[in-house]
Amino acid sequence: MTQTRTAPADDPAKVAAFEARIAAGESIEPNDWMPERYRRQLVRMMSQHAHSEIVGMLPEGNWITRAPSLRRKISLLAKVQDEAGHGLYIYCGTETLGVDRSELIQQLLDGTAKYSSIFNYPTLSWADIGVIGWFVDGAAIVNQTILAKASYGPYARAMIRVCKEENFHKRQGYEIVATLANGTPAQKAMVQDAVNRWWWPSLMMFGPSDTDSPNTAELIRWKVKRKTNDELRQRFVNLTVPQAVAVSLTLPDPELKYDAETDNWQFGAIDWTEFNQVIRGNGPCNRERLDARRKAHDDGAWVREAASAYAEKQRAKQAPEAA
Amino acid sequence: MTASPLAPSVVPGPSAAPNPLFELLLRLGDDRLVLGHRLSEWCGHAPILEEDIALANVALDLLGQATMFLRLAGEVEGQGRNEDALAYFREAVDFRNCQLVELPKGDFAFTIARQFLFDVYAVILLDALSSSKHGELAAIAAKALKEAKYHVRHSGEWVLKLGDGTEESHRRVQRALDDLWRFTGELFAADAIDRAMQEAGVGPDLPALRAQWETLVRDVVDRATLTLPLQAPVLTMRGGRSGAHTEALGHLLAEMQIVARSHPGATW
Repeated sequence: MTQTRTAPADDPAKVAAFEARIAAGESIEPNDWMPERYRRQLVRMMSQHAHSEIVGMLPEGNWITRAPSLRRKISLLAKVQDEAGHGLYIYCGTETLGVDRSELIQQLLDGTAKYSSIFNYPTLSWADIGVIGWFVDGAAIVNQTILAKASYGPYARAMIRVCKEENFHKRQGYEIVATLANGTPAQKAMVQDAVNRWWWPSLMMFGPSDTDSPNTAELIRWKVKRKTNDELRQRFVNLTVPQAVAVSLTLPDPELKYDAETDNWQFGAIDWTEFNQVIRGNGPCNRERLDARRKAHDDGAWVREAASAYAEKQRAKQAPEAA
Repeated sequence: MTASPLAPSVVPGPSAAPNPLFELLLRLGDDRLVLGHRLSEWCGHAPILEEDIALANVALDLLGQATMFLRLAGEVEGQGRNEDALAYFREAVDFRNCQLVELPKGDFAFTIARQFLFDVYAVILLDALSSSKHGELAAIAAKALKEAKYHVRHSGEWVLKLGDGTEESHRRVQRALDDLWRFTGELFAADAIDRAMQEAGVGPDLPALRAQWETLVRDVVDRATLTLPLQAPVLTMRGGRSGAHTEALGHLLAEMQIVARSHPGATW
């Protein structure tokens, strides 16, 4: 069961019945019939999401050993642990679609799977930990709150649980930001610098503009997605600007202005060249992130082999008793 | 300090009249802070995702315990130092953890073997401390004991899997045990502080705990088809309890303390 297999032609009558169920707001469950394209889109989205959780552990994990207080150290470690849990949970979700975790991990390691471009940026100061919680988890919540209403039941339910934890992470991040913004001049400079570096990459997290998003139309029709990339991006900006004002931090966009007519904060042009470069593997840390994952995987091979061999021996020992 | 023949230390011990309770709490807190830090280094780099989660869990428990022990240590000392002041603004020579916990994390076999040796020690020690005459210490120990019992199940199961897994895993975990054995003597070596605490009914009779520890360790090691070194090592590594550490601790602290120390007086 691989993603590269040619899709069999789906029975038009079945597709029509399936789309009627979606239109009626029904939830699609693992044993229900679904078009092959639907299944593949879900595997693509869910595996990208799971990979993002796993790769996302690295930039934040970079500061666990340097967190400046015991409370911060504990909450950062717990947060990164939550991300591992989300990854595991979503990988299990893809298994309901007939795709094995090891197969997906192999795709991540050989560079053929995508993950969120944001994690290819470096974490350069402690303030990055606060700003990632505020922006990156904040953006993830905007995305996932909508995904929690997606048509595929296991994914929607996973998102409800993940969102609860992400909300906690975001509050935690914003609290770090607020503490630094009210701290010493050096702390304030540190957090402003982090905001300047993370703002634009965070806006790119919502993906290409609707005019340039190859998958959106079909995903919306099948209620895999419920809002377009640009709608979600706008919602994130509208939520975040007042939060920046509240802690006296500026966002690095001279064109940012409130439009009373639409009730939106309008923002400047996103540098899609940068986005496309990062997606293609040329971001600041793409190589480091994948190398770190490969190293962990390779270094751990003998451990996984040992665990299998031990389990096999235990089974062999118990087999005669069972017989 | 001069009374201890066990600590060939190049640094002075605690100042003139050490407060034994403060010292005991530092030992308990520092063991857990340093080991929790070491375990946290695995987060994002473990052999399987389930172990990223499990090792982080153990690290979180240990860091939580460290916070409680160090907070109480600060209160007992009465100099206005809280748990963060003790964690982030002491020099290596002022740390009181055993050397076992500060050694670099090594490979997964080394991490597991070290964790198992420590977890068994923690269960026995915390069990004894939970009946301490010092009420707050006893309460922290009782809470930590519940966690330690989970930890030893986790590390013990991995000793079995690695010991009785493949040839390579067996070789790696056996080598880790051989390397670590000389650091275990320090866990049960009582000095004047331990004796004072024992007499006061606050701390346990440390050397008396060793036999129980060794029985529990040996049981798992035997079932894992591994062997323990037969004889006591020629040179037992110790000195951590009085501030004489391995080279590894200074590097660990340099990393752990860098941000806090770069901004003295700041709150986070």
